[in-house]
Amino acid sequence: MFQYCADPETLEGFKWLSCYLTTGKHMNFYWSFLTVLALLAITAPTALAFGFFGATAARSPVPPLRWLGKAYTSIVRGVPDIAFFLFFVIALDQGFEWMRHQVICPDWSEPIRQGNDFLVCPEAKLPLSTSPQWIHEVYGFFLAVLTFAIVFGAFAANVLFGAMRAVPRGQIETAEAYGMSHRQAFWRVLVPQMWMYALPGLGNLWMILIKATPLLFLLGVEDIVYWARELGGTVNARFTAYPHGDWRMWYFLALLVFYLGFTRVSEIAIERLNRRLLKGQAIVGGGS
Amino acid sequence: MSCIQTIQDYALRSIGLGERLLPKSDFTLCQQFTLIGSGMIWNIYFGALALIIGFFIASAVAMGKDARTPWLRKPAEWFIFVFRGSPLFIQFFFAYFLFLKLKQVGVMPWLTSAQAGALVVLILNTAAYSGEIFFGALRAVPRGDLEAADAYGITGWTRFRRITWPTMLRLAWPAYTNEAIFLFHATTLVFLSGFPIWKQKGDALYYAKYFADQTFNPFVPYPILAGYFILLTLAVIGLYGMINKRLNRHLPQEKRRRIRIRPNLIR
Repeated sequence: MFQYCADPETLEGFKWLSCYLTTGKHMNFYWSFLTVLALLAITAPTALAFGFFGATAARSPVPPLRWLGKAYTSIVRGVPDIAFFLFFVIALDQGFEWMRHQVICPDWSEPIRQGNDFLVCPEAKLPLSTSPQWIHEVYGFFLAVLTFAIVFGAFAANVLFGAMRAVPRGQIETAEAYGMSHRQAFWRVLVPQMWMYALPGLGNLWMILIKATPLLFLLGVEDIVYWARELGGTVNARFTAYPHGDWRMWYFLALLVFYLGFTRVSEIAIERLNRRLLKGQAIVGGGS
Repeated sequence: MSCIQTIQDYALRSIGLGERLLPKSDFTLCQQFTLIGSGMIWNIYFGALALIIGFFIASAVAMGKDARTPWLRKPAEWFIFVFRGSPLFIQFFFAYFLFLKLKQVGVMPWLTSAQAGALVVLILNTAAYSGEIFFGALRAVPRGDLEAADAYGITGWTRFRRITWPTMLRLAWPAYTNEAIFLFHATTLVFLSGFPIWKQKGDALYYAKYFADQTFNPFVPYPILAGYFILLTLAVIGLYGMINKRLNRHLPQEKRRRIRIRPNLIR
């Protein structure tokens, strides 16, 4: 990166550190922070959408739909979320391949599950074995996002379901008295008002989501945990120009600080947003 | 091989008793149920011990955060902030590598094992989360109760032991039940983070993952794991519900606080 980095062996102290921290691998490490932020940026709205559908389904007058919604909102209550992460990544992958298999090669005669193997025809493999490396990475990331969205969608559904119930009954009744249909009352009265009740829960969820991002590592994405382990491990002079001992502790300390800063900033932002939403509401916390 | 034989071989596999080799092929449902159940021993061990020890630390932390002198308040606030503001997964990693460093200089080498090191992290973690819950409850103790205590001449330690603390527990209990449930869920992270597994003695998730990886079929082991955890969750709710009843026994029926599960606490 810098001019003086050409010969690392002669460097000392701060200069050595500045060169060490700007090697190609470290750049990958910094990029992986963006991976985490990208995951958050994509997952949060997707999970919110999943949650919205889940909550509306759970309120539906149609029994099967209601059961489905209720089941979705309650799956995460009794079971560790991490089990869902590990489960959905494989299950979704196999599900997609199975569907493609049904469509692309309908006259494939052999069974898909042969003993301990899951075999679909080569054309249905996802991603295709001929596709370049980056497709594999993007597909892995996509699966991770979908998994996160499903699990956090269930949490969000729970929050939104509670928020929809918290909107005073009188508001809906008034809307109906004005001749609005169910659909109109839902979209024009219930949905705009529920956010105030949902915000504390959603803020909480955002914090949980931030703290769940290191689990990306378990889903096989090269995230910050992966790189911290890679870079922190002992390397001797044969493999690198920057040999050092076991520094994994310091790398994870850096991650710890990163997360502490991130959650703290979020906390403050949510507090501000909350104050703004409360403004003008006819409840105890709402000022003028 | 009959199912009884399998249970004899593998029921205590996770603590190193019974058959040494894990099944390699032709997995039966019985094997999966037995081994994953065997792994639950560790989840219960981590969860129960962390809750019991963490409970007392949490009480102290809540008191500290409520203290007037900054010498007690600031450390308690920072303790809670650090453990609640960062992911448990990262805490495990950091703690493991910290313990490795300590081992190199000969300080407490036993901390690098999951059974001790991860337990320490879980204790501190739950102490921080519960400490925050207890602190909130401490602030909600009715002023009238304390004034009544003063009027009766109950002061100092006696007042804390007989009035403040029981009321705090009563108010905090529903939220604390929630914390207990999610702590048990968090125990599944132990063997996925840095802590090593000796001789394949792992927790329930480790065995579930083992079967899922071996058979490439997630649809059997994970639902089994889920079933076990739902049973565990129900047991926790039952036990904590009993304690809740006892804490509230002096109150009229309609004022009692009910336990509601809110899924708001993964770390």
